[in-house]
Amino acid sequence: MKIKGLIVAGALATATIMSSPAHANRDYISIVGSSTVYPFATVVAEQFGKTTQFKTPKIESTGSGGGLKLFCAGVGVDHPDITNASRAIKKSEQEKCAANGIKDIVEVKIGYDGIVLANSKKADPMQLTRKDIFLALAKDVPMDGKLVPNPYMTWKDVNSALPATKIEVLGPPPTSGTRDAFVELVMEEGVEEVDMSGISDEVKEKFEPGALREDGAYVEAGENDNLIVQKLQANPDALGIFGFSFLDQNADVIQGSIIEGESPTFENIAAGKYPVSRPLFFYVKKAHVGTIPGIAEYLAEFASEKAWGPEGYLADKGMIPMPDAERKQFADDVKNLKPMAMK
Amino acid sequence: MQPTESTNAFSPEFNQRLKRRYRAEQSFKLMGIGAIFIALAFLVFLLSTILMSGYSAFKQTYIKLDVTLDKEYFPDEDLAKGDFQGIVKASLYSMFPEVSGRRDKRMLNNLVSKGAAFKLMDMVEADPKLIGTSFSIWVPAKDDVDMLMKGNIDMDQPEANRRIKDKQYERIRTLEYGGRLQMRFNKTFFTSGDSREPELAGILSAAKGSFYTLVITLLLSFPMGVAAAIYLEEFAPDNTFTDLIEININNLAAVPSIIFGLLGLAIFINFWGIPRSTPLVGGLVLTLMTLPTIIIAARASLKSVPPSIREAALGVGASKIQTVFHHVLPLALPGMLTGTIIGMAQALGETAPLLMIGMVAFIVDIPGGFTDPAAALPVQIYLWADSPERAFTEKTSAAIIILLGFLILMNAVAVYMRKKFEIKW
Repeated sequence: MKIKGLIVAGALATATIMSSPAHANRDYISIVGSSTVYPFATVVAEQFGKTTQFKTPKIESTGSGGGLKLFCAGVGVDHPDITNASRAIKKSEQEKCAANGIKDIVEVKIGYDGIVLANSKKADPMQLTRKDIFLALAKDVPMDGKLVPNPYMTWKDVNSALPATKIEVLGPPPTSGTRDAFVELVMEEGVEEVDMSGISDEVKEKFEPGALREDGAYVEAGENDNLIVQKLQANPDALGIFGFSFLDQNADVIQGSIIEGESPTFENIAAGKYPVSRPLFFYVKKAHVGTIPGIAEYLAEFASEKAWGPEGYLADKGMIPMPDAERKQFADDVKNLKPMAMK
Repeated sequence: MQPTESTNAFSPEFNQRLKRRYRAEQSFKLMGIGAIFIALAFLVFLLSTILMSGYSAFKQTYIKLDVTLDKEYFPDEDLAKGDFQGIVKASLYSMFPEVSGRRDKRMLNNLVSKGAAFKLMDMVEADPKLIGTSFSIWVPAKDDVDMLMKGNIDMDQPEANRRIKDKQYERIRTLEYGGRLQMRFNKTFFTSGDSREPELAGILSAAKGSFYTLVITLLLSFPMGVAAAIYLEEFAPDNTFTDLIEININNLAAVPSIIFGLLGLAIFINFWGIPRSTPLVGGLVLTLMTLPTIIIAARASLKSVPPSIREAALGVGASKIQTVFHHVLPLALPGMLTGTIIGMAQALGETAPLLMIGMVAFIVDIPGGFTDPAAALPVQIYLWADSPERAFTEKTSAAIIILLGFLILMNAVAVYMRKKFEIKW
């Protein structure tokens, strides 16, 4: 009889749990989105949770695309209130949002992130141009009037001013937002400076400058940037691609390559001199402000000078702040919850 | 019959063959021992790296501050709005009166964690009478200071490349000689939730999330798994349909766990509307994952009960259900529990299915129930491993130590129960 009792008790307990209200009103902010913005948004959320009477927002790291997909799925407590993104929302995503009844979205730019190419301190810093990087990493490169699979083995083959070390670059996989940004800011810019003469328009049309080498010169090292940093320390000949905050935290063991004559320092990225940097955003569902407690206060915390200002705690974590005028404008937009226009 | 030359035990060919056979046995044994040795070496290497890099996380650098809670810091009725950061800063400036200039002050303030202000806030909220008094408290130091004390910052590097500058180094030394800087047991690690400041980060929210998730999993998968096993083993007719079910259960046990996560997302969240990121939905998904394991283990232990027990019970007039519940099940239960614990241990270490249902999330507040947002222990490890701050490396290893500890404990309980209740027929 003991066993029967046990089973009955188990079933009862199960039934109690299952019948507990699943649709209770959510009393915390739900945030999803980019893994690049995650380290910054979480700092704000923590500060917000500890200094106000509101609960700490829940932040999921889903990637920019995944976040926007969840965000645009609908209005109501089941759907996230805010999504972080390391790129601007696409027109197709905005349309999907609108189709699901999300009319007003507030776009907030929070700052910039630099993408760096870094190597171990045991080696000399590299001086690269975007053209060099394109020629070193593109799957196909133009040569003698036609496209050939990338033949370059060392950096010296690419540009005689560079050292004769083997080309070996560790970087993010195609699913990563950092990879998208790298392709857009480096590869697609670099291809513009390459001599394409003699190549027919038809071939040029089909050419994808964003396709990276698959012969071992470019190594997909996974999403974990700490791993890349460790591998760079072990292999002084290799270069790694990752976000500025990882360089900032590890400046004693790795150094950023100088690109187009500018080194990736906080000041250079903030001044817009360093060419490989991208804006970071988050998007707010206006319909949820007032329904879910604390959204307006969270936005105020994020848009305060002590958070995103040049001396703020986000800058300490490696985020590059916006220039004063831009910051002021976005702070006003946040305050008035100004919805963005349809693209 | 005369033995031929080749089978004669005294012929040289025979002896050679015999030697060769012994040699073959010897080398096979050596290979076996070698394999075990290599496996052990890997295990020792893995465990020792984790222990080496993780044990330091259980100690934390603390700084002693003399604070004065003047009334002027609390202009508002609401005590939480007091300028606690200002109190901490004032205390630091009084220790280093020579500090001037914005940059210098900033460097000085960066020695103490943001947690210092939160700690003061908690103290004042608990006891408002503290306002107007002076006292000394130990507050956590900033992660960079902690890393320096643990020898993870190379002071030989040029100043620009270090997280600790020369002036800060001097001040840390001053504090140390003045007895104001100490390594203490890191209680925060066990009593707080996740944080983006390594010195404030703890595993309690993840551990509680794991606990609630496993409670759901256990309550659902154990009764269901045992009931399914009893039916299939004792009552079900032997036909093609039950064969099909059996094959599918075995297949399900081998399905990659992320598939269960996708299923959970589609059914539990999108169709049933259970809130994301909660132990409730996590437990349901892990139930799907552990059910096949439990059913298979439960069936195996039912099978091992000899038929004579059933026949004897039926022989004295017990009904089928009495036979099963009075005689077979009690004998099979220890084996079932062992299988369940192994299944639970598996569920505890799972991250992939939780990824899909939103449990890979930043959770600071300690979950208080089944419908509060929560993370899980392996998820916490994953999130910390991906954080840029160097101090998270040791936290990651420390969290792995904790998780491994739980897993070893659960498996030890399973082994103990098997040994204690096992009946040899």
